[in-house]
Amino acid sequence: MKANPFLAARYAAILLWSSFVVAPFAWALTTSFKSDSGVTSGATYIPWLQYQPSLRGWKELLHSGGAGIDVGWPFLDSAIVTLGASALSLVLGTFAAYGLSRFTYRAGFIKNSDIIFFFISQRIMPPIVLAIPFFLMLRALRLLDTIPGLILVYIALLMPIVVWVMVDFFNTVPRQIDEMAILDGCTPLQAFVRVILPNTMPGIVVAGMFCIIFGWNDFFFAFTLTFTKTQLLPVAIVALNSSVTPWWTLSASSLLAVAPLVAVAFLVERLLSRGTLAGAFR
Amino acid sequence: MRGYKYLFLLPGLLVLVSIILFPLLFTIRVSLSGWDVNQPGLNWIGGENYARMLSDNRFWEALARLDVMAIGTVLLQYVLGFALALLVWRDIRCKRFFRVLFLVPMMTTPVIMTVIWRTIFSESLGPVNDVLNRIDLPSVPWITDGAMAFISVMIVEVWQWTPFMFLLLLAGLLSLPREPFLAAAIDGAGPIRTFFRVTFPAMAPISISALIIRFIEASKILDTVYVLTSGGPGTATETSSYYIYIRGLRDFQIGYASALSFTYLVIMIVTLTIVAKLLARVLLVRST
Repeated sequence: MKANPFLAARYAAILLWSSFVVAPFAWALTTSFKSDSGVTSGATYIPWLQYQPSLRGWKELLHSGGAGIDVGWPFLDSAIVTLGASALSLVLGTFAAYGLSRFTYRAGFIKNSDIIFFFISQRIMPPIVLAIPFFLMLRALRLLDTIPGLILVYIALLMPIVVWVMVDFFNTVPRQIDEMAILDGCTPLQAFVRVILPNTMPGIVVAGMFCIIFGWNDFFFAFTLTFTKTQLLPVAIVALNSSVTPWWTLSASSLLAVAPLVAVAFLVERLLSRGTLAGAFR
Repeated sequence: MRGYKYLFLLPGLLVLVSIILFPLLFTIRVSLSGWDVNQPGLNWIGGENYARMLSDNRFWEALARLDVMAIGTVLLQYVLGFALALLVWRDIRCKRFFRVLFLVPMMTTPVIMTVIWRTIFSESLGPVNDVLNRIDLPSVPWITDGAMAFISVMIVEVWQWTPFMFLLLLAGLLSLPREPFLAAAIDGAGPIRTFFRVTFPAMAPISISALIIRFIEASKILDTVYVLTSGGPGTATETSSYYIYIRGLRDFQIGYASALSFTYLVIMIVTLTIVAKLLARVLLVRST
């Protein structure tokens, strides 16, 4: 390979952006090992050389006593709400998407494309517009500050994504496959579950991944609809931010909260290389 | 057999309609009431809230600020995301590693990363001012100065969401057919000519989708502002969502906030529809 200034500039640009991406994580990681003097005497970066590292920040996450905080319950609540809402959205969403892909619905002037648009258009709705009625609705149902209440709200957030992704995936599966399964004696429901679903696994992975990303990362609904009994991770950490929490605890808990989804980036890259995602974004 | 048709669609549709449509209609009704701390419940005051809104400069300023912020961040994200996608598109070492790395920010929780950004922008203890001081530049008031706070919010938004543009545009690049590029190479077109004549036109449709999705998401900016600046200093970084949040869930002026949110929703739908039409026209005409 010959030396090429164009290629050198490309690598330089890649490295520049990479450092911008990594910077907040690197800063949080080094801060999580600091103690008082490492923070209050100005910015420091390198352990041992510039400050004496300590495990205090990380230890405080485990013991909830004293100055520490308990991220265990919020972590669990977040996981239950995210996984519960994602699973329910996937079931409801794939069924609806399959129906919209295979049957013709008419109600007055409303056609299939209008129903699909109704699902997708939910993404336009700003959370704040829904937050007030959701608050009043959950209060009337006595579901404020509960896990089922949040799951209900998150279904409204996540199901539209599932429908958006899955309608296209179902459209790529030939109808003859359904017809053959029905000729073989399956009911339409059995044909869907046993034959069509296994053929659209990549789509379900993509849709499920989006559900988990949007569910885990939501802050606003969790913030306005829960108070004390139920607390999700982002709300717990933002609550720390507004109090006098030391930076090392803040950094350690933040890293713990974002770690699970960083793993998702690897999955996305694999889907991308296989070309699965190109289909999802048409 | 007929029954199955409804078995598939109705559960999902009914759940969504009941979770979304009812609250929306309810918002319209509440917006015509004087529901607040002193009057906790529905009454009828007609269009008073809307009349108050028309002379509420803080609301219109927040809307204008949101527009500037959304257009600025989304265009930056588009240019940077496209550049990054081209950089790791092909024939580069460790390209899979860099692709994963470039995707990471969009997987992280925006509010939590903003908590970290807050420490980074800290004026006396943060690393940004420390680095600036080391190269003999003065400290910058990242959060406490109005204009700088606005830029800080934009930096965080760009960090968080450029990966989304990158993802969609890279997926688009990877699905392009090879033949036009071979033809361009045979004609002896250089990389810049190839980009404007072949790559960019072929990427126009996915560019439109990516820009529209990001404009929709950017029109809701709230989390970053809430954590980084709380709308401040003063109202320098207050967006529409944040102002409605203050009125509705902090001052508990439910009626007035409902009028604001319904107006905001209508303005967003109209604006985004126009933006989508314009984008489709500009990008598709240029590519033919």
